[in-house]
Amino acid sequence: MTAPEKAAAPTGRTPDDAAASRVAVLLRARELGIVLALGALVAVTAAINPRFLSAQSVRDLALGAAILVVLAVGQTVVVITRNIDLSVGSVLGLSAFATGSLLQAAPGTPVVVALLVGTLVGGLCGLVNGALVRFGNVPALVVTLGTLYVYRGVCFFWAGGQQINADELPPAFLAFGTATVLGVPWLLLIALAVVLVAGYALRNYRSGRELYAMGSHPQAAVLAGVPVGRRLLAAFAVSGALAGLAGVLFAARFGTVDAASGTGDELDVVAAVVVGGVAVFGGSGTVYGAAIGALLLTTIGSALPVLAIDQFWQGAIVGALILAAIGTDRAVAARVAARLRRREAHHG
Amino acid sequence: MAERTAEGRPPVRRRLAGWDRAVIALLVLFLVVAALTVDGFGTGRNLSFLVLDLAPILLIALPMTLVVITGEIDLSVASTLGLSSAAMGAMWQGGLPIETIIPLCLLLGLVLGAVNGLFVTVFGLPSLAVTIGTLALYRGLALVVLGDAAVAQFPSAYTDLVTGRTLGLPNLLLPLLVLAVAFAVVLHATPLGRSLFTMGAGVDAARFAGIRVARTKFWLYVLTGGISALAGVLWTLRYASARADNGAGLELAVVAAVLLGGVSIFGGRGTLWGVAAGATLLAALQNALRLADVSTEALTVVTGLLLIASVIAPNAAGAIRPALARRRSGPTPPAADPPPADPPPAGSTPPTTSASVAPSPSSARPS
Repeated sequence: MTAPEKAAAPTGRTPDDAAASRVAVLLRARELGIVLALGALVAVTAAINPRFLSAQSVRDLALGAAILVVLAVGQTVVVITRNIDLSVGSVLGLSAFATGSLLQAAPGTPVVVALLVGTLVGGLCGLVNGALVRFGNVPALVVTLGTLYVYRGVCFFWAGGQQINADELPPAFLAFGTATVLGVPWLLLIALAVVLVAGYALRNYRSGRELYAMGSHPQAAVLAGVPVGRRLLAAFAVSGALAGLAGVLFAARFGTVDAASGTGDELDVVAAVVVGGVAVFGGSGTVYGAAIGALLLTTIGSALPVLAIDQFWQGAIVGALILAAIGTDRAVAARVAARLRRREAHHG
Repeated sequence: MAERTAEGRPPVRRRLAGWDRAVIALLVLFLVVAALTVDGFGTGRNLSFLVLDLAPILLIALPMTLVVITGEIDLSVASTLGLSSAAMGAMWQGGLPIETIIPLCLLLGLVLGAVNGLFVTVFGLPSLAVTIGTLALYRGLALVVLGDAAVAQFPSAYTDLVTGRTLGLPNLLLPLLVLAVAFAVVLHATPLGRSLFTMGAGVDAARFAGIRVARTKFWLYVLTGGISALAGVLWTLRYASARADNGAGLELAVVAAVLLGGVSIFGGRGTLWGVAAGATLLAALQNALRLADVSTEALTVVTGLLLIASVIAPNAAGAIRPALARRRSGPTPPAADPPPADPPPAGSTPPTTSASVAPSPSSARPS
């Protein structure tokens, strides 16, 4: 019967090692739960309509999921530090439009350069977010809510009502949006690479562990000597850069970019991250979970028509899923998460 | 975060201190400038448009202020608005009389709010996550109820009541004012209101002080749901159109208005008149920009910048003030400790911002 505490003050005391192994088991179990849900959904859908698993359908699904996965990885990095980045949808739109304009003006631009430019634009937006949070010493929720408006407004000003159509983009870039390597779409490969690199860095690098420490207990992280300010900047820059990258992928996949691209994406991304088992108040969760969460949400979207369920149900299902995810998360892992926070605050 | 408690019963001057006073000043300034420079801003006709624009934001911002002051948040308000609008459309299509529909919609809002409250207080889940979930859920249900159809042809007696004017004043103005005053009185002049600040300042302390934290928060969510549904009914009647996507994205405007009004996102601090001024400023900006034929994109940028400024400015001031006090090294007045958010009587924000880089300005206290 208690309201959620603001600064978690864990009270349980157990030997660290025992706690750690149980934590590991439960964390694995948490991601296992999402995987099982995803598996069950795919199995049921495929049983009803085998064409759901046709190459074309799977490829479409993968292309759709790739963008959300990239966004979810960036969001995870920020959420782990007990912050949030609501501006990702606007950053995606800004980056997509910037890349589109560049390719429109200079059709000879190689795809790699386009990817870099988009990532850079996003990274700059993310740096601004991080700098405001760090130097203004204000909550990320408010700052990124503000920059959500600002970046979108800048994008609208820039676009001035015009839209970049597929026939104005170089064919090489559009081909990149659907091209495959050994049958795997480029977009999916990029998303996979992002997940693996981020997952490895968060798990094995000191700076990655420090992000968890910051989210577990910000004050303790400061006392433990974590360069909190720099890590915060970096986390927001990564989130922005990945949103920028996602913008380029968006432009390549859809070929049509206007100022409203990516509007409202922030909620899908936060949903994917939460469903993927990343705690909203920081300190626990993995990018793998978030990526599976993104995959699950995308799969629901494309499974509904196959299951002959009205498309209108999608939002309601996503909402129910978020509530179920945080509910189970609370029920199963509340006590263990408290110990995990405690442990990471010690060793961060 | 939570250590900045509002002291018991500060005098009005002190209560009006800080950012909320700045917003009120900004609002007055803006209204004067707009009335002088923007053609048609000061007319009675425009006033009724302004009030209609303001109504949903201000209505929802009132209970939202209380929720945020207790340290929680409700992002599902716009979806509750949409679902109540969709339900209204579906029931009207189904042939129910409007006199039955409106109470049912309000009841629906209370139930939706209770669901939020249940998750937050009984299950102890973080309100940010819960209400992001119900944001998606309620909007999704709105689509399920009404699809992408639009229901129109509501009785003109009711739509005229919402959009009309009496004695030159918009019909909604008086109810809005009464509600705002009622909320202000409850928040700032009753034990219940004091207990909300206490909860926001520290849940444990509030519990030890005998405040029923969970129960109070639960009923706050129920209230928020009910008022959001009321906003949905008004929205539907104003545009004479019930749609599932009515009010989509409005939660951001409401949160922006609340924070713009000087309420701390961490809870425990804020005033209702600040929020009322913040909401009015947003609506007036929107209105004036539309009249001046400035693109609505400018509004989004201005909204965002105002929002960021509203949280940065008090912190910057908090960081600069101790520095200035130290430099002056004058004797501190013998008065009892002023609350931390209290600026010196001279009032306005110190000019330079170079000191905003100082560490942890939020915990800096003038001494």
